[in-house]
Amino acid sequence: MTIGIVVFPGSNCDEDIRRALVDELGAEARFVWHKETTLPAVDAVVLPGGFSYGDYLRAGAIARFSPVMRAVRDFAGGGGYVLGICNGFQILTESGLLPGALMVNRSLRFICRDVYICAGESKAALSARLDAARAFRVPIAHQEGNYVAEPETLRRLNAEGQIAFRYCSSGGVLDEAANPNGSLENIAGVCSPNGRVLGMMPHPERCSSEALGATDGAEILRAWLATR
Amino acid sequence: MRAKIAITIKPDVLDPQGKAVLHALHDLGFSAVADVRVGKYFEVELEAGTAEPEAAIAQMCEKLLANPVVESYHFTLDEGAR
Repeated sequence: MTIGIVVFPGSNCDEDIRRALVDELGAEARFVWHKETTLPAVDAVVLPGGFSYGDYLRAGAIARFSPVMRAVRDFAGGGGYVLGICNGFQILTESGLLPGALMVNRSLRFICRDVYICAGESKAALSARLDAARAFRVPIAHQEGNYVAEPETLRRLNAEGQIAFRYCSSGGVLDEAANPNGSLENIAGVCSPNGRVLGMMPHPERCSSEALGATDGAEILRAWLATR
Repeated sequence: MRAKIAITIKPDVLDPQGKAVLHALHDLGFSAVADVRVGKYFEVELEAGTAEPEAAIAQMCEKLLANPVVESYHFTLDEGAR
């Protein structure tokens, strides 16, 4: 299994996700520079975290026009698996590949700390391989992670099982106290109608190895790889 | 020709920055302030004689300058500016 990791100017989690997928989980990976107009032969694509184009204008707003994004859009349109983490999630919403938008955190602050998320019941391709009731401890590191969507979009996301992850307590309770950034309904990640394009604000790659002190993220990434 | 474009958060979307500024203004004693929305402002210079400048600016806003999910835009065109 080969994963294409797109690298934008300002990406900074590209090497982290490569190590997680390759060193910890045994996949192969290839970096894909954003200027490329085609994707190499890959089984899935990751848009990693970072600050593409310095977050100018809005986080992800400029990256969406990188040449490689046309290829990513075609890949997703053909049923391909795409995972956007943090800035990658922001790029997916700006591109229209996922619904909604990520606004500045309710606190207006950059938040870098561990949170808990649960997968719940969703049609995200990896959900079937994750314990729906379990709270995974995963770090977030963002200033624009406050998920918003129009009421009709939110209704559809709920009805269609497109909410992949929600912030919860360590015991798996979904409440306002567990919501770090003001996201609607504690949403931490959403997926496309076919479950194959997934965006999430938390960083599973940052807790994917014993050496990093935590491995919950490895389980999330393992589930994602297994969906392929 | 100069377009002056203002982008603001839609009225039904919570604007955390606007709320923070509102509270700061209240703290300063400006108790008459009922609400504040924080937005972005652009000045875009168009070549003289640009065809259908309103439509061009609207497309720029829809495609890049604003995120239509959460933001709305308003603009004026100043024909004399250069």
